[in-house]
Order: sequence, then structure tokens, then C-alpha cells
Amino acid sequence: MIDRRMADLVPPFLFGLVVLALWELVVRAAHVPAIILPTPSAIALRFFTSIPTLAADFWQTIKGLLMGYAVGSGAGLVVAVLVDRSLFLQRGLLPLGNLVSALPIVGIAPIMVMWFGFDWPSKAAVVVVMTFFPMLVNAVAGLESASAMEKDLMKTYAASYWQTLVALRLPAALPFVFNALKINTTLAMIGAIVAEFFGTPTVGMGFRISTEVGHLGIDMVWATILVAALAGSLFYALVALIERRATFWHASFRAREA
Amino acid sequence: MKSILPITTVVLAVLAIWYAFAVWMNAPLQRDAYTNAGRADYSTQDLIVASLNMERPKLPGPHQVAAEMIKLIVATPPTSKRSLVYHALITLEETLIGFVIGAALGIGLAVVIVSVRWLDRSLTPWLVASQTVPIIALAPMIVVILNQFNITGIAPKAAIAAYLSFFPVTVGMVKGFRSPDPLQLDLMRTYSASQGQTFVKLRAPASAPYFFASMKIGAAAALVGAIVAEVTKSEDGGLGARLLAGSYYGQTVQIWAALFAAAALSAALVGIIGLMGRLAEHRMGFVR
Repeated sequence: MIDRRMADLVPPFLFGLVVLALWELVVRAAHVPAIILPTPSAIALRFFTSIPTLAADFWQTIKGLLMGYAVGSGAGLVVAVLVDRSLFLQRGLLPLGNLVSALPIVGIAPIMVMWFGFDWPSKAAVVVVMTFFPMLVNAVAGLESASAMEKDLMKTYAASYWQTLVALRLPAALPFVFNALKINTTLAMIGAIVAEFFGTPTVGMGFRISTEVGHLGIDMVWATILVAALAGSLFYALVALIERRATFWHASFRAREA
Repeated sequence: MKSILPITTVVLAVLAIWYAFAVWMNAPLQRDAYTNAGRADYSTQDLIVASLNMERPKLPGPHQVAAEMIKLIVATPPTSKRSLVYHALITLEETLIGFVIGAALGIGLAVVIVSVRWLDRSLTPWLVASQTVPIIALAPMIVVILNQFNITGIAPKAAIAAYLSFFPVTVGMVKGFRSPDPLQLDLMRTYSASQGQTFVKLRAPASAPYFFASMKIGAAAALVGAIVAEVTKSEDGGLGARLLAGSYYGQTVQIWAALFAAAALSAALVGIIGLMGRLAEHRMGFVR
């Protein structure tokens, strides 16, 4: 089975290599100025020579990102559990939650910078707002997902509301919760980076991108984007891995094992 | 229809909380202002009223934002650079151009991925991976690169809007084109339908719900792209430029007005697409 998974990885890996090679060749052959598009090798060189700067930027951004991600997703889940008890609140909150999910929330970044200052708390605040609503909407749907049969069983056990919640409904909601957690990894990256376009202390990935673009250090911009891409993919992979461990019973994973 | 009462209640509650926060956040500023003016004889009521009507509050009251929006939308001619309509139209133009290009590219790529097997195997993992990458971080760079080619004005922003709307559309449409179940595909095979016929008669119609869902996400993403692009290149106006200008000069009311204009624009775009989707799906006989 491991072999098959490795075999699945070969075509995309080759494709990626071909794209990189073509990129390098075209840029060199056509003498594209580095201001427009640096070669992959130049980006790699810049990446390895500026690791201290990139690491400092990464920590600055990741602080706000993780804090916001934890608070936003956590609050979304807690509110979902509270709202779940009242049909009235659900009917009122869910359409609004769906509406807000489609809004350009990154726009609140300047306001948060004004309220919480230039440092990472303002970035965390943007991330909190961006991650809250996807979690709310998904978790409410997840709490609904336990079947009537299962709920009846809990009733025959004379389980209390809290017992049913902990033993049945929260576990049943996990696939939905993880779906929101996965969506939120990307949203949190976007929120943390874009919020830095509106003002930061002189460190951070968004700050680096906007200043290096200003004095045409495009290879540094690409190196930062490389860091963002790696961080985003790793973050997502980590959540996906935890999901696999936590919801091993779910049909989508069982089917793959067979 | 039975949702109207709950929604109204929640909206009213949000407004009440907003007012409470506005007083709570602005009152210290107002108290300082009173102290500086040498006034100590103000009542709590004075304080509350004053903190809801400040020139540059930390959090403007809802009525201040509403008044600003009415002033900038109704009372200002749409040709004036102060008018929100003027800026919203710029943003809308970039969004729509970008969205149409991005959606067309996205659908095209989805068709290719579904039809060509080796491309599917080599491209799809990258497409999935690209979803985890904060694409928007590229926005400032795209503006600069296009600038080198003397492409300025609307084009770079539309390009970013297109770029952002492109990925969700591709992913959604690939899912949509794959949504017919094996039974239906087998039926097409027993009719000895060609790949093209299967596509036109089965895959394309079956993808309609996915089409409208992707269009909604794509349009919202295009708007975010246009706004972020305007922040990076704010000389030509647009709602993003208003956000940035407001944050430079501490004009909180202006920021909130621009934010609500952007929200209205997004809601309108998504709403129109949703409405078209519901009509189309109804006519095509999708059960909802």
C-alpha cells in the first residue's frame, strides 16, 4: 500500500520538476530581468542565504496566526455548542454566519491595527474574525449530524444532555470540525499576511513582501512566498494528520484503507 | 419566511452590542477630551451621547457609519472622488473582469483535467496543494511585475482578482464534472457515446450545482483579490484604496463605510449568482 502511495506521487513530482526546469531555462534563455521573474536557482540561493531574516519574519507572523487560529476556531466551536441548544438562535445566526463567510473580512485589518497596535495581537484579531464563522457554520452542521437512531439510543440509556454531547454529538461533529479547521489554516495564513500590509513592526512575512516589492527585491519576495507556501502546506498537513488519527472511524478514511 | 423574526432579533442584538462597545471604547477618549477642555460637570448621559458622535472614534456608532454612507453614496455625485459609488464601481469593474477571466480559465482547466488522464495525475496534487498556499501574498508582486510591462490601471488588479477566483473554480468544477455516478457513465457507454458526447450530455449538465457554488466562491474571492490589490496600488482609487487612506489618516468612519460598501458589493454578487443558480437548477430539474 505504501508502494502504491509512492507511485501516486511520482507523476506530480516529475511534473513539478519539469515546470521548475522550464522556468529556469526560459528565464535564462530569454534573458528575463530578475526584477520581473528570478530563476528558481536564484530564489533558492536567496532562501538559503537569508534564513535568519526569513526565520524572524516567520516567527513574527506565526505568533499572531496561531493565537488567532486557536481563539477563533475555539470560540466558533463554543458558540456552536451554545447556539445548538436554541433553534431560534440557530435560525437567526446561521444565515448571518453564511453571509459573513462570503464577505471580504480581510478589510477589517486596518481597524484591528488601529485597535490593537502594530504588533502581532492585531494580526491575531483579524485571524480570529476570519476563522470564527467557518467554524461556527460547520460545527453547527456537525452537531446536527448524529442520526436519530443514535440519539434515541442515548435516550434509552437515560443519558443527560451533557453526556449525549460528549459521548455522541461532539465525536459525530468531528469530521465537520476538522473540515473547518482545514479551511481555517488557509484563511489564517491569508489574514495574518494581509493584515501586515497595513502596518507592522519591521518584521513579518507580509511586511517583508510589501517592502521588498517596494525596492524590487523580487527574489526575496519569492523566498518569503516559498516560506509561506511551505508553512501553509505543513500546517494543513498537520491538521489533516490529526484528523486522520481522531476520525479514523469515518467512512472517507475507512474506504481508503480497504 | 419563519427565519425573519430570528434574523431580525440577532441583527438587533448585534447592533445593541455594537453600541455598547462603541460607548465602552470611546468613553475614555471622550473623558480625556473633557478633562483637556477643563469640564468636570458632564453627566453620564452627556458622556454617552458625546462618545457616540466623535469625529474620530475608536469605534464609530452604527448611525455614524450609516450617516457617512448616505453622505458618500446619496449626497455626493457619483463622479466625485469622494463618492463611495465612484470607488465601488472601480472595484466592481476590476472584480467582474477578473472574475470572468478567472472563471473561464478555471472551467477550461477543469475540462482538461477531467478529459486528459496524465494531466489529471500530475496536476491535481498541485491544485490541492495550491489551496493551502496563501495565494494572496503574491498580489503585491503581480502588480509590480505587470508594472514592468507597462500594464497599469485596472489590468493588474483584474489579474489578481482572476488569479484568486481561478483556483476555487477549477477545484469545484473538477468535482462537478466527476459528479455523475458510475451507473450513469456506464449507461453512456452502452449508448456507445464518445467522450465528447458524454461530456456535453452528462458531465456538463450534472455539474450545474457545482458550477453555481464555484461561481459564488470565485466571485467572493475575486472581490477580496481586487480589494487587496487596491491596497498595494492605491493611486487609482477603489474600496481598498479608501480602506488604506482611512487607516493612514485615522478616519475610522471612512474605513467602516468602505468596509460596508465592500460587504454590500460581495453580498450582492453572491446573491445574484445564487438567484441565477436557483432558477437554473429549478429549470434543469435538480431537486433541492
